[in-house]
Amino acid sequence: MAGDPSNKDKIIGKRIDKFFIGLESAFKFVKRFFQEVWFPPYEFKEVIRQCYQIGWNSLPLISLTGFIVGVVFTNQSRPSLAEFGATSWLPALISIAVVRAMGPLVTALIAAGKVGSSIGAEIGSMKVTEQIDAMEVSATNPFKFLVVTRVLASTFMIPILVLYTDFVALLGAFTNVHFNELVSLSTFFVQVFDAISFLDVTSSMVKSLFFGFTIGIVGCYKGYNSTKGTEGVGKAANSAVVMAMFLIFIEELLSLQVTNFFRQL
Amino acid sequence: MVETVVKVRNLVKSFGELDVLKGVDLDLYKGENLVVLGKSGSGKSVLIKIMVGLLTQDEGSVKVLGKEVKGLSQRELNELRLKIGFSFQASALYDSMTVRENLEFPLVRNVKNLSKADKDKLVEDVLDSVGLLGTINQMPSELSGGQRKRIGIARTLILKPEIMLYDEPTAGLDPITCMDINNLINQVNEKYKTTSIIITHDLTCAKVTGDRMAVLLDGVFGAKGKFEEVFEHAQDGRVKSFYDYNFIKQ
Ligand SMILES: Nc1ncnc2c1ncn2[C@@H]1O[C@H](COP(=O)(O)OP(=O)(O)OP(=O)(O)O)[C@@H](O)[C@H]1O
Ligand SMILES: [Mg+2]
Repeated sequence: MAGDPSNKDKIIGKRIDKFFIGLESAFKFVKRFFQEVWFPPYEFKEVIRQCYQIGWNSLPLISLTGFIVGVVFTNQSRPSLAEFGATSWLPALISIAVVRAMGPLVTALIAAGKVGSSIGAEIGSMKVTEQIDAMEVSATNPFKFLVVTRVLASTFMIPILVLYTDFVALLGAFTNVHFNELVSLSTFFVQVFDAISFLDVTSSMVKSLFFGFTIGIVGCYKGYNSTKGTEGVGKAANSAVVMAMFLIFIEELLSLQVTNFFRQL
Repeated sequence: MVETVVKVRNLVKSFGELDVLKGVDLDLYKGENLVVLGKSGSGKSVLIKIMVGLLTQDEGSVKVLGKEVKGLSQRELNELRLKIGFSFQASALYDSMTVRENLEFPLVRNVKNLSKADKDKLVEDVLDSVGLLGTINQMPSELSGGQRKRIGIARTLILKPEIMLYDEPTAGLDPITCMDINNLINQVNEKYKTTSIIITHDLTCAKVTGDRMAVLLDGVFGAKGKFEEVFEHAQDGRVKSFYDYNFIKQ
């Protein structure tokens, strides 16, 4: 009976089982990546191709978003600073905000949507059309060719994209500051670089490596484990995005703690 | 005595509650074409997937070229897989690669120190033997179903397998293209000296390509033997209806 409490317990029990089974298989997947990444064959050509796909194809969207974020953030911060007559601090404020948080976060979220879903869908459809099985029976290693390459590519490319987003966002901020406070390009960038420390840049890069790894491995994991049928492919792509975004926020929080720890040293 | 290349004994495989194979015995002799028939969902694909280690059985033994598949290490399994060609039901061509790249994929990863000239020659040879040299630079999405099947077969032939496993080579094709594929299977057998298992529910294909038939009924092989023995003098109602409906359909 539906209202039977023992039945309800069973359902909850099953869910908990499922959660831990999922966790175990995800853990195994990550472990397999670290086991296989060191040994040949290295699929260099495929890594390069994936880098190109991930990096180049995300550029238009990231350029647009980065620039707009820069403009809007500057514009919205101005009134608060103006209250204290401190609008000359705008470049410094923006620099810190962009480099420490917004650049990596905006890039990672956009890449999770764009790159994560496309990896999930591509590998998912290869799975359901038995292309992965076909690789396996021809004595090649599909994990190496599909997963290792994509995870490496997204781990390397996200930090590069973050630097690019930082730059574009600052450019957006400059445009806004330039027309309002009549600050020159050189003054603006001197203030920007004065405001950020080595730790800021390092922690942002390390964080981005983790974001990149997360986007790649979650996309691959969801695709590799997608269930039969075209519906499974859609689900794989969708849950790759949701899962990656969730993990990115968790990692952002953790990185905040770690960076603060180093800042206090 | 003829050599047995595949020896299956008491093979049992279930998925959850669903018992698919319930004690299958099978011998495949060197040089023959064995046709495996059976209804949709009777476990034909499962049977040959177990032979290449894509699935693992619950019980029983599967020996391919003298090796028990279940116990093999990844490395030994790969060595065995090089000797088996597996043509997938839905072709399973790599969507993101051209026909040439599809064929090169297993080649460059398994044959070391291959010169570009040798590689091109092997690819062109094998494409020529399936009669599709002209499609070498096309993408799989630009090919017809029959062409995709042929390219799939070509991709497995490129490693010169000893055993060919065809999973429904003629499913979903018109009768003329079916006949082309049937002839191709026979040509491959002659040219590459392979031993084959051909899975089908198309009796014309079975008759043209097969030396011997085996009909999978409710998880075991219900009837085995020459085409005439199995079908034309069928005792079992299920085999008989298989035969009758096939000709009503056509
Ligand atoms: N990986 C799997 N997980 C769960 N069930 C499976 C799996 N593979 C096959 N099955 C089930 O096993 C049964 C037999 O499948 P199989 O693909 O071998 O059928 P078949 O004889 O090849 O049929 P068809 O002629 O339609 O290809 C089906 O009911 C299928 O749902
Ligand atoms: Mg099948």
